[in-house]
Amino acid sequence: MRKCEVRNMTKAKRKRLIYNLVTFGLVIVAFIILENMISAKAISRSLKGQLVPICAWIIMAVSLNLVIGFSGELSLGHAGFMSIGAYTGAVVSGWLLSAFDMQDPLLRLVLAILAGGILAGIFGVLIGIPVLRLRGDYLAIVTLAFGEIIRNLVNVLYIGTADGKLHFAFLNKEKLPAGVTMLVDGAKGAVKIKPISTFEVGFVLILITLIVVLNLVNSRAGRAIQATRDNRIAAESMGVSVTKYKMMAFVTAAVLAGMAGALYGLNSSTVVPTQFTFNQSINVLVFVVLGGLGNVLGSIISATFLTILPEVLREFADYRMLVYAVVLILVMIFTNNPTTRAFVNRLASPAKKLVRKNRGETAGGGDVK
Amino acid sequence: MVPVPSHSIIPERDVDEIPVMETRHLGIEFGGLKAVDDFNLTIGKTEIAGLIGPNGAGKTTVFNLLTKVYEPTTGAVLINGQDLHGMSIVQASRLGIARTFQNIRLFDKMTVEENVRIGLHNQIRYDMFTGILRLPRYWKQEKRQHERAMELLDIFGMQDLADETAGSLPYGAQRRLEIVRALATDPKLLLLDEPAAGMNPHETEELMENIAKIRDQFQIAILLIEHDMSLVMGVCEGICVLNFGKVIAKGTADEIQANPAVIEAYLGKKKEG
Amino acid sequence: MIFLDHLINGLSLGSIYAIIALGYTMVYGIAKMLNFAHGDVIMVGAYIAFCGLQYWGFPPVLAILVAMVACTILGITIEGLAYRPLRQAASLAVLITAIGVSYLLQNIALMIWGANPKSFPTTFINGSSIRLGQLNISTATIITILANVVIMVGLTLFTSKTKLGKAMRCVSEDRGAAELMGINVNRTISLTFAIGSALAAIAGILLCSSYPILQPTTGSMPGIKAFTAAVFGGIGSIPGAMLGGILLGVIEIFGKAYISTELGDAIVFAVLIIVLLVKPAGLLGKPMHEKV
Repeated sequence: MRKCEVRNMTKAKRKRLIYNLVTFGLVIVAFIILENMISAKAISRSLKGQLVPICAWIIMAVSLNLVIGFSGELSLGHAGFMSIGAYTGAVVSGWLLSAFDMQDPLLRLVLAILAGGILAGIFGVLIGIPVLRLRGDYLAIVTLAFGEIIRNLVNVLYIGTADGKLHFAFLNKEKLPAGVTMLVDGAKGAVKIKPISTFEVGFVLILITLIVVLNLVNSRAGRAIQATRDNRIAAESMGVSVTKYKMMAFVTAAVLAGMAGALYGLNSSTVVPTQFTFNQSINVLVFVVLGGLGNVLGSIISATFLTILPEVLREFADYRMLVYAVVLILVMIFTNNPTTRAFVNRLASPAKKLVRKNRGETAGGGDVK
Repeated sequence: MVPVPSHSIIPERDVDEIPVMETRHLGIEFGGLKAVDDFNLTIGKTEIAGLIGPNGAGKTTVFNLLTKVYEPTTGAVLINGQDLHGMSIVQASRLGIARTFQNIRLFDKMTVEENVRIGLHNQIRYDMFTGILRLPRYWKQEKRQHERAMELLDIFGMQDLADETAGSLPYGAQRRLEIVRALATDPKLLLLDEPAAGMNPHETEELMENIAKIRDQFQIAILLIEHDMSLVMGVCEGICVLNFGKVIAKGTADEIQANPAVIEAYLGKKKEG
Repeated sequence: MIFLDHLINGLSLGSIYAIIALGYTMVYGIAKMLNFAHGDVIMVGAYIAFCGLQYWGFPPVLAILVAMVACTILGITIEGLAYRPLRQAASLAVLITAIGVSYLLQNIALMIWGANPKSFPTTFINGSSIRLGQLNISTATIITILANVVIMVGLTLFTSKTKLGKAMRCVSEDRGAAELMGINVNRTISLTFAIGSALAAIAGILLCSSYPILQPTTGSMPGIKAFTAAVFGGIGSIPGAMLGGILLGVIEIFGKAYISTELGDAIVFAVLIIVLLVKPAGLLGKPMHEKV
């Protein structure tokens, strides 16, 4: 950002810059704090084990927000892209190790993540073409359907490696040549993975996701994407191709989800199909809606918080999901019901006025998100 | 039946130029009902034309046909001599036809400036990767878009509203913003659907001046649908009257006002005796 | 003959999906929301009937009635507490709330009945089977298909002939106008939830009679499939839900039988996708025309 630009900025641009800086800042600061906790061994084992998954879910939430919040389309199959990324990552990593003796875990991880993203992106294009022709609820149902199809297919997928080559079999494990090292074993999922994911790589991946999403949204293409959300016919009448830009959002999100999947998959020694069901897609949807549609910072916070919460509530063991459910319902009602909203706003208004005064803003500024 | 004048309503100065728009026997049928039937109209390159008629006459449907929101069942639309047959809305827009909507269609959640920038989408461009990687071209084109958007907003004096959310604007400002956004697409033909709806006489005057100013400054043709007769008669060089989907009269303001078929369409048949 | 066997099983499974789909489609039509928790109401109905039959020694008819009443009350309560406050809110907000309710029901069931799958007593329905030539049809199947027909006829008559049913259709079409006509919108919506939930109870019992494993997640997949069926048939359309449900059941059984058992679900969803591409508003759905 050129220095001279900052001074000449309009209020809206300044707000956006602050928002972006806070978003990056929060992630960077959190990373630094956590790294220090890790080296000082001041971190609980359970939290340490959650770090990589949290990174993955943050990326999932931010990418899904691109589709739902910025493009305005309800996608209920996002976990499908994550699973494609996870399986691809596991296969690529295993293959590189056994066929090319690539010992460097970081290199394998990076290549696996790239492969996961690319393959998920390809599926994103294939799925996007039919899906994005539909509207509203029908689009949602078809994304759900694709997610389920992917889950079904990986359940009967067999991939093994021998002599440096990859062998694929579908439905029938016997079709694989004898003596093959199994990488993906049907319902057992991806097996014998050497876990190589690291929190550092997860952090970098989050940064990449933020750069991609925030920069995309604040650009010509991003405005086009949002225009197709706000008013499809008007967008087309202004010469903006709705299909092209909805595809752009959808495929970008798919690529990011695939990378998150690879990171997530290579964090444990197995990856099973049941980890990427419709329930997971719904989980991410909850992150996005609770964090605020179109609110990237919100997605980061909600994804982190809601991933940690069940662990924190572990003491309440039996009741924790119950509490989660009740809290979810109450939060949704309170933030969306007009009467409770007005009530909360009245409570918060003296506080809001104080904040505005300190910022030196005049009253009556429009609420731009 | 009243005879329809056969001359087109092209002003003198545009007679030698390719008409910006020409429709030939344009029509659309919805399940047996002919919403628009045998619509023939030619508009000159810098003409301000009006499309009037009672409610439900099919005026907005004509606009939808011209912009390819609807595909006609019969006939053809030519923009600058090019047939729009088989084109999508986006392709028609690229040929230079822009419009505003009867029920305002702004991008509510985006700011005023962003709305105008959407109009500039195909005028000042850079691709997705340039945007994500923030390459030099991004900065250059964003600056150009900003400046051009401000220029356009200045036509209606809306520059200080640039950061306001479009949905929060008062009605009149929203209508004006729609016009600015349409102008941003650098059209050859601007379609205005009831631009004066909800305006008081003073605002309507201003609008009339602005429409003429836009035509003079941009040298484009404007076709407007309006119910406000002072606006229509005041600014339109040629007027086409529609009733029940059919053209019942074409001509200048004076000719139209004297036309008995037009009077009948609006006021009903004169009682016998 | 195996073909007919499969067909009958398909019709039976399809009937269950149809009954569930009716609940989805009616609620969607009237409240414009996807009641995500509907699948779990099915599960609750099955559990209550299970308790009635297994623990409380109810005769079958009583168990069914108790389950229906319990689900009806449950449905109305959920609507009143969780959905009604959000009537004005964005549809996505209500969807998330419904998801919350779904989690809530599953976890309450988990708390009460535990995670171990229960074996649903099939003796009361599965007493005998009927022989038709070479076919062996279980009573459960017959009752399921018959129940579906009865419900279909009943609902069609209800919505077209009775005042309450017509009120439901009015509110579905134009809530504001219905209110102006003096229709009590709140009560009508509650009634819709009540009917849908009662049907869910029946569906749960029928489902567990044919597939006797009962656990807190039992309602989830049939719920998703039935929801798919409702959209497939044209969301908001009662005949569409019927058609969608039955077709889905038949496709699933045939897919599992003739193509692959493991890929049964994938086949069902693939067919759905293909149909929606050809008919974007569903089989019997009316395409929404946007006024430009």
